[in-house]
Amino acid sequence: MSGPSENPSDKTPLLSVRDLVVEFPTRRGTLRALDKVSFDIAQGEVLGMVGESGAGKSLTGAAIIGLLEPPGRIAGGEIRLRGERIDNLPREKMRRIRGRRIGMVFQDPLTSLNPLYTVAQQLIETIRTHMDVSEGEARKRAVALLDRVGIPAAARRIDDYPHHFSGGMRQRVVIALALCAEPELVLADEPTTALDVSVQAQIIDVLKEICAERGASVMLITHDMGVIAETADRVAVLYAGRVAEIGPVRDVIQAAEHPYTAGLMGSIPTLTQNAARLTQIPGSMPRLNAIPQGCAFNPRCPKVFDRCRTDRPELIDRDNGRHVSCWLYDAATQQVAHD
Amino acid sequence: MTDTPLLQVTGLTRYFDVSKPWLNRVLEREEKQFLTAAADVDFEIKRGETFALVGESGSGKSTIAKMIVGLVDPSRGRILFDGQEMRFEQGAAMRQLRRRFQMIFQDPFASLNPRWRVGAIIAEPIRTFGIASGADINREVGRLLEVVGLSASDAEKFPHEFSGGQRQRIAIARALSSKPEFIVCDEPTSALDVSVQAQILNLMRDLQDEFGLTYLLISHDLSVVRHMANRIGVLYLGRLVEEADAKRLFTEPQHPYTRMLLDAVPDLALSGRRRKPVTGEIPNPINPPSGCTFHPRCPLVEDICKRKIPEVRTTPTGRAACHLLSENGLVKT
Repeated sequence: MSGPSENPSDKTPLLSVRDLVVEFPTRRGTLRALDKVSFDIAQGEVLGMVGESGAGKSLTGAAIIGLLEPPGRIAGGEIRLRGERIDNLPREKMRRIRGRRIGMVFQDPLTSLNPLYTVAQQLIETIRTHMDVSEGEARKRAVALLDRVGIPAAARRIDDYPHHFSGGMRQRVVIALALCAEPELVLADEPTTALDVSVQAQIIDVLKEICAERGASVMLITHDMGVIAETADRVAVLYAGRVAEIGPVRDVIQAAEHPYTAGLMGSIPTLTQNAARLTQIPGSMPRLNAIPQGCAFNPRCPKVFDRCRTDRPELIDRDNGRHVSCWLYDAATQQVAHD
Repeated sequence: MTDTPLLQVTGLTRYFDVSKPWLNRVLEREEKQFLTAAADVDFEIKRGETFALVGESGSGKSTIAKMIVGLVDPSRGRILFDGQEMRFEQGAAMRQLRRRFQMIFQDPFASLNPRWRVGAIIAEPIRTFGIASGADINREVGRLLEVVGLSASDAEKFPHEFSGGQRQRIAIARALSSKPEFIVCDEPTSALDVSVQAQILNLMRDLQDEFGLTYLLISHDLSVVRHMANRIGVLYLGRLVEEADAKRLFTEPQHPYTRMLLDAVPDLALSGRRRKPVTGEIPNPINPPSGCTFHPRCPLVEDICKRKIPEVRTTPTGRAACHLLSENGLVKT
């Protein structure tokens, strides 16, 4: 199988997802929401995960932390955290990984915090659940952490309730909460989508700096390519529950190989280039019950040829740290093109 | 035709009363409280151009849009459409004027009646304004659906059968059905994915060329605004802080807030620039800061900024409201 990082000299990645399949059984048959998704996250790396709504970004995150909403279930593949499988753990064991080894930051900071408890109570509870420290020590850590994420007068504000904080400040509290047990991986699902641009930049900076400082890896799920461009080391592009392309951020943004990624990049207006028209990908992403045969992108692809309509492309290793699932890059296709 | 701007807005102001109930005020000895959503906003939109208003949440973008189409009454100020003052309490004359402008809303899931067929949704303005009758209505609906890239047979379907992008196309067809000259677009693409956003933005441009439309585009997305607009107004806490030619706003921002906003936007260009850390958040609009409302976050703040509301001055690229601006732009940088 040509998964990312088959190279034996690589150290074991922090997180490794292989051929992950997530299915939703429904009365009208089983819907396959994730179809053989594979990627790795190295120690200390920021992996961006982009895609349009319904591509399966958040679902991938939910599968990793074992929070798939029933009837959704993992129907195949495996997820390993430091080489150890976590996709088939009993609930109780998974609960101990969640929060302790994998921290989470969700989109809406208001729903991630309990409105009935002060920030101090929530932070101290989380710290003491995962670490063996006294109440006083936990409080000291909590204050230090709030101070670190940029909450002014942390020692005083820690006893406030979530509604006393503004949206940006709340998201800082959520980041503190995600990091308080010193996790190895932080899963951030649209952490800035609910915030204004001027605040968004602050939150991204805080998240990035603090994770770098602690050596935590980040899986950053967002639909905003701009955020990915400024934050991630590598990016995975999802389309209809499949990985279209993975590679270093700069390469993927500036020289996308998969036609979908290329179309996606062209459709985003930028702050520097002048284009009369934006590149347009005709149509829209297929629904889960109508994913076309072969490559899921083939009906919208400008470079489609016969094979795309029948065979599904696997991720092809491009030997430059990039992986693309597109028949254009298959050895056989390129042979034909050269002849 | 003439040189009169199609839309002229002067001193547009809107307060919202957000006081507690009378009894609470008496018991707790509190004053009435007002939220200033828009304060002394002036701008003009010429025929055939796209004027954009950008700002973060709470900056008053949508309130201004709603005042222009008459969904919210202004507390003060005047709106002239094609030289005629808009007074929504007036009947027949206003209805004549009313036909000439339309609005597209942000959420295509909320702005279409789920119990109506698409054909009925699009036909409603045609009937209301008596533009066509009988079988002509259906023909017109079919034509409009094709104009926005759907098929005439879609008129029989219900809104839930369409995706977000297609629904926004239906909303555009409805806006076009009264043959307007001016369309207010309130965040028309912010509920859509980027590839669909590109389709809608391209469609809006094509329609502008085809029908000579004038747009007021409201958005928080600077890159969308830059792509679409001829001129841009930047709002902060209900005040217009800067207005400039679209391209020059991005290369030569004048007001410190505009500079900060541009610095904060994550960009695809991967320039590797080191962003200046942005400080603070938008203050509460109920008790906005004294003087220039941006002063608590402004890196260039001086004493006068805390005392006096800055006047609008001419800048090399347009106009801006800042005490530190001179004829040649910012005094210090």
